Amino acid sequence: MTDLILTPNIDGVDDFYAELLAAHEGLSKEDSDALNARLVLVLANHIGDRAVLSKALKAAQLSD
Amino acid sequence: MFDDRYTLAYKRYPYKKSADQDAATPVRHPVVVMGGGPVGVATALDLGRQGIPTLVLDDHEGVGMGSRAICFAKRCLEVAGRYGCGKPMVDKGVVWNIGKVFNKDDQVFEFNLLPEEGHEYPAFINMQQPYYESFQLDRFEELQKDGAPIEIRGKNRVDSVEVHDDYVTLHIMTPDGPYTLEAEWLVGCDGAASPLRTMLDLDFTGKVFQDSFLIADIKMKNDNFPTERWFWFEPSHGGGASTLLHKQPDDVWRVDFQIGWDVDRKEEMKEENIRRRLDAFLGEGVQYDMVWSSIYTFQCKRMDSFRHGRVFFAGDAAHQVSPFGARGANSGMQDVDNLGWKLGMVIRGEAPESLLDSYNDERIHGADENILNSTRSTDFITPKSEMSRLLRDAVLDLSEKHEFARPMVNSGRLSVPCTYDGSPLNSSDALDGPARSRPGSVCPDAPLGDDFLLNKLGDKFILLTIDADAPDVIEEAGIQVTRLALSTTDDKSGALRERYLGDNDKAVYLIRPDQHVAARRPSFDENQIRAAIRRAIGKE
Repeated sequence: MTDLILTPNIDGVDDFYAELLAAHEGLSKEDSDALNARLVLVLANHIGDRAVLSKALKAAQLSD
Repeated sequence: MFDDRYTLAYKRYPYKKSADQDAATPVRHPVVVMGGGPVGVATALDLGRQGIPTLVLDDHEGVGMGSRAICFAKRCLEVAGRYGCGKPMVDKGVVWNIGKVFNKDDQVFEFNLLPEEGHEYPAFINMQQPYYESFQLDRFEELQKDGAPIEIRGKNRVDSVEVHDDYVTLHIMTPDGPYTLEAEWLVGCDGAASPLRTMLDLDFTGKVFQDSFLIADIKMKNDNFPTERWFWFEPSHGGGASTLLHKQPDDVWRVDFQIGWDVDRKEEMKEENIRRRLDAFLGEGVQYDMVWSSIYTFQCKRMDSFRHGRVFFAGDAAHQVSPFGARGANSGMQDVDNLGWKLGMVIRGEAPESLLDSYNDERIHGADENILNSTRSTDFITPKSEMSRLLRDAVLDLSEKHEFARPMVNSGRLSVPCTYDGSPLNSSDALDGPARSRPGSVCPDAPLGDDFLLNKLGDKFILLTIDADAPDVIEEAGIQVTRLALSTTDDKSGALRERYLGDNDKAVYLIRPDQHVAARRPSFDENQIRAAIRRAIGKE
């Protein structure tokens, strides 16, 4: 079983972060929220592994 | 004294005074069924075919008006087929396979139910509920003529019951006044508002959804809408927050508008207001007649237990789901399918009473599956929080462009038969075979020459052997199990191999009277099969 990666895993993380912010630039709160929701679904589908997704949800909930 | 709660579509069993009403002491019947709807009448068909005297009591005299349930799934038709009334249903019904989903006004995708070849019955038919009930009642009368000990009494309203250890007393009101009966077994098929449940003060718990839907069944000649299921999320016509369009026989269409929670029902039910919604949806100038309309709210609820000693509950009386997925009437028929053979065996003394507890185990499992699925559909169709709506809309927006999101779109997960995984009647799976026919599953149909497998299985215990040796008859624990010997050499379509063998060359299946698999093995093993038979009838 694959583990959820919770150590640094993105090359050029600053670039990615800037790209994420840029995607939201100029959007209303509503459109931004919608973009985030779509992004979550796209990424979740890419991961696919149900166990990893459950762990990701837990990690995002900041629960121990 | 008798206020009709609804108008009849067909008067089928007018009140007639029964000799029981003049009896000095209450007459005792082996089985009394409360409620003459689809589930109650099916119960009588099942038991009547076994020769078990069954009396149905209904407070009306026939089939109620209104399309109501319109989607009948394959398993429901297979069960009706076994009772002898499946064919006329399919002839009358509209067979459909294609569903289209629209977001706002754009089609986001279409799905095909992809009915697999090699089944006698289609995946679904649409048909107004009164037709379904009428075909069952036609069969009921046929069976009566052939001597089946079944009877249905109209305008016999059960007003109170007393449950004893080994029988139930029923106090019944008729147009000629009250009388009393006794039943060795009582089956409550008296609908979602079940008076029997109330009389026994039994809980019915779950979730109520805060939304209302307006059904408008209309008759129109219209070639613009093919025989498909069309579902709109947030259509711009504003007729409803979601809209469903589905075809029925006789050029009748089901239109289902989601209209919100805080609505003035009386106002919404006015024809001019229904027509305003319909005109917005269909466009100006489309001619149609209104056939039936109704506003409904819904809930996902079930009883804690479907058996209370000598009393059973089946259908909507036992469990209620939202309509998305067509899991109401279809699951009620699976209740009957499950209870019929068990009650028959116990009454004939072939099985211990404890077998009846497995009705509760298995159908609670089924009800929970239906409630889970229909709750999820409801949450998707009528999101109740801002975030739930945001995610729902994200799925819909993505689904138009990207295939991955389409399976997430939930406009109803359509009823499929329940697999009784973990049932105490199952023997552990000894065959590394196809998952779909594992113990607990309903047997998938397969073509056999001009006939079909399910017809050959019938409604008795069967030992199905595929290229495997076994005795032709096994007597065990007082019952007889007959062998049905099949060979892949006759399996031209390959369906038998695909559905029952997988990579194995041969297999042996023990099949219950409701056509669910009780056990399966790579070959016949006398001790194991005998144990499996005992287990399947509650004797192990």
